[in-house]
Amino acid sequence: MAMTIHVDIVSAEQSIYSGLAEFVAAPAVRGEVGIYPRHAPFISLLRPGAVRVKVPNQEEEEVIFVSGGILEVQPSVVTVLADTAIRGHDIDEAKALEAKQAAEEAMKDKSSKLDYARAQVELAEAMAQLQTIRKLRKKDH
Amino acid sequence: MPGSKEIRNKIKSIENTRKITKAMEMVAASKMRKAQDRMRAARPYAEKIRNVAAHLSHAHPEYKHPFLIKRDSVKNVGLIIITSDKGLCGGLNTNVLRMALSRMKEWEGEGKAISICAIGNKGLGFMSRIGGNVKSQVHGLGDAPHMEKLIGPVKVMLDAFVSGEIDALYMCYTRFINTMKQEPVLEQLLPLSGEKLGSAEGHWDYIYEPNAKEVIDDLLIRYVESLVFHAVAENMASEQSARMVAMKAASDNAKNVISELKLMYNKERQAAITKEISEIVSGAAAV
Repeated sequence: MAMTIHVDIVSAEQSIYSGLAEFVAAPAVRGEVGIYPRHAPFISLLRPGAVRVKVPNQEEEEVIFVSGGILEVQPSVVTVLADTAIRGHDIDEAKALEAKQAAEEAMKDKSSKLDYARAQVELAEAMAQLQTIRKLRKKDH
Repeated sequence: MPGSKEIRNKIKSIENTRKITKAMEMVAASKMRKAQDRMRAARPYAEKIRNVAAHLSHAHPEYKHPFLIKRDSVKNVGLIIITSDKGLCGGLNTNVLRMALSRMKEWEGEGKAISICAIGNKGLGFMSRIGGNVKSQVHGLGDAPHMEKLIGPVKVMLDAFVSGEIDALYMCYTRFINTMKQEPVLEQLLPLSGEKLGSAEGHWDYIYEPNAKEVIDDLLIRYVESLVFHAVAENMASEQSARMVAMKAASDNAKNVISELKLMYNKERQAAITKEISEIVSGAAAV
């Protein structure tokens, strides 16, 4: 039997693939890399593309699309930390800007000084309401 | 029977309320299960990326990423506040906001300026009402957290940290312990502490592509994002279970009120009947 290597493909939202493989190909930033068991420790950024996994005793390769991420290779384990969103400096920047603008819009026409007294009153009121409900509930039982 | 019609109406209206709270309870229960699954699904990534980050920080001591450098004096702090988008979930948001507020008061007392990143409607509304300095925000996350929506607001804070606008970044959210128990927590995100990363087993250096600096930069940003993502997922599980418990309590309360009102209604009815009978009897006796 051919040598195998353990492959984990995970994204922040879920675990995508985990199992043994004879060979893995991944789209690294400088071109596709192929990894056989006992590869030297290697770490690379990935660009969007397909990760191919040759599973033992199976004709067809498993193909998993990733929109970027990080590939980490240890002698016996290959880990693909897949991104769930298309990333890029400009895209990230645009997203950050959007979040900033949304905040600015939400903060418009609001007093700039943090009013602790008012905040505490608000929270105290909410807590008092909850407490009352709890007390009422106890009385009922 | 003067009062009985009103009582009947009241019973009817409370029964309708109960139907709603009961439905919300069941919806929250099914969403809770899914939210918990999502929380668990996010764990392997968090663990893997933590491992790799730990390994890199050990294998590559000569390049120190800004995220790892502790600053001598902390003058400005950033705070990511994670709350739910919707209410009706008991004291969940109130507890986390109270915790954040008391910490903010402390910071302000020490003369530190605070920048806020609000994730979730409730925290945003609260902070804008009391006049907090909200730098970035996102709301309307839906039932499933998506990394895509979090990248922007988190990047604003990370950029602020790198540029020196803030010297430390904290995050507060509600940790999910079990269905009945959720706990507000406030923890430090940046600078990343060495203990939190832990030590990696084995020792080797990697072949880097394209180069060590770029890989480490990208990896650490993703690591922080995954921490925030996990907190959001956990907060959502907390939200659903808190809502389920709150709605269950509301349904139980409605049930109690209904049974009390029914008792009242029956007494009233009985009294009316007794009165009528006694009137008939006394009428018959008179004849």
